Amino acid sequence: MTDDRLIIAGREFKSRLWVGTGKYKDFAETKKAIEVSGADVVTVAVRRVNITDRSKENLLDYIDPKKYTILPNTAGCYTVEDAVRYSRLARAAGVSDLVKLEVLGDERTLFPDTAGLIEAAKILVKEGFIVLPYTNDDPIVANPYNLKIIMEMIKVPIIVDAGVGTASDAAFAMELGADAVLMNTAIAGAQDPIAMAEAMKYAVHAGRLAYKAGRIPRKLYATASSPIEGML
Amino acid sequence: MQDAIHIHVNGEARTWRSGATVAELLQDLDIRTERVAVELNLEILDRATFEQRSLKDGDRVEILSFIGGGSL
Repeated sequence: MTDDRLIIAGREFKSRLWVGTGKYKDFAETKKAIEVSGADVVTVAVRRVNITDRSKENLLDYIDPKKYTILPNTAGCYTVEDAVRYSRLARAAGVSDLVKLEVLGDERTLFPDTAGLIEAAKILVKEGFIVLPYTNDDPIVANPYNLKIIMEMIKVPIIVDAGVGTASDAAFAMELGADAVLMNTAIAGAQDPIAMAEAMKYAVHAGRLAYKAGRIPRKLYATASSPIEGML
Repeated sequence: MQDAIHIHVNGEARTWRSGATVAELLQDLDIRTERVAVELNLEILDRATFEQRSLKDGDRVEILSFIGGGSL
């Protein structure tokens, strides 16, 4: 799909599957799953360096920032101040101006604090960040209509994050018209993460192709595709 | 031996030598300066200033880096 690149803020991305780097068994598995998934954007979190045990390896020794677009996020932030602080720290740590902005409003569902999200986004955009805000509507499978309405109404690229469990979910999100799918647990938590990473690659690709191809109208029953003419 | 100072690094109390710079602190802690962000008393430091910024008693230093995570 060389003529079907995802473009965000002038940057081109090859893959419409983006992946997170959490919850894997070790960095080797993380690296392998990302390679197999074909993703070129990987998300990371920003946390304190362990200063007492320096034997711990660094994630970026495995995920080469020259090869992948590193997308830091503000996971775990519940206030505008925290989200802005973490975003600035991520930029200072030196990988890019991109940030996946989370301002969470509810610990149980991880739903966003939308008002806070907008406030934080405004601050960061002024500072030159490329902000990818994490917001509703989720969960996609429960209410695809909301997602469809959002896609019709707004013109920026939409990346479906969270709520994906298996390949058909990812394909479905792409068929609805999502520009990309971002996931972590569905791959890292699968019994075989590497195999699931590959499944997701094909699912996102297939879903995108189906969306572009344009599905036939939904019907309650089958339609014969063979002509009656010429029958005995 | 210069005077000792008391600082906090990533929330942990540490005794350090007076006049040490941020760059020296990172070096002593065996932390590579690339891909880390340093906050000194809530001010995010430009990497280029690590060698100029010296630490004083009571300073609170935060050293952050990227770890696995980032999606749900």
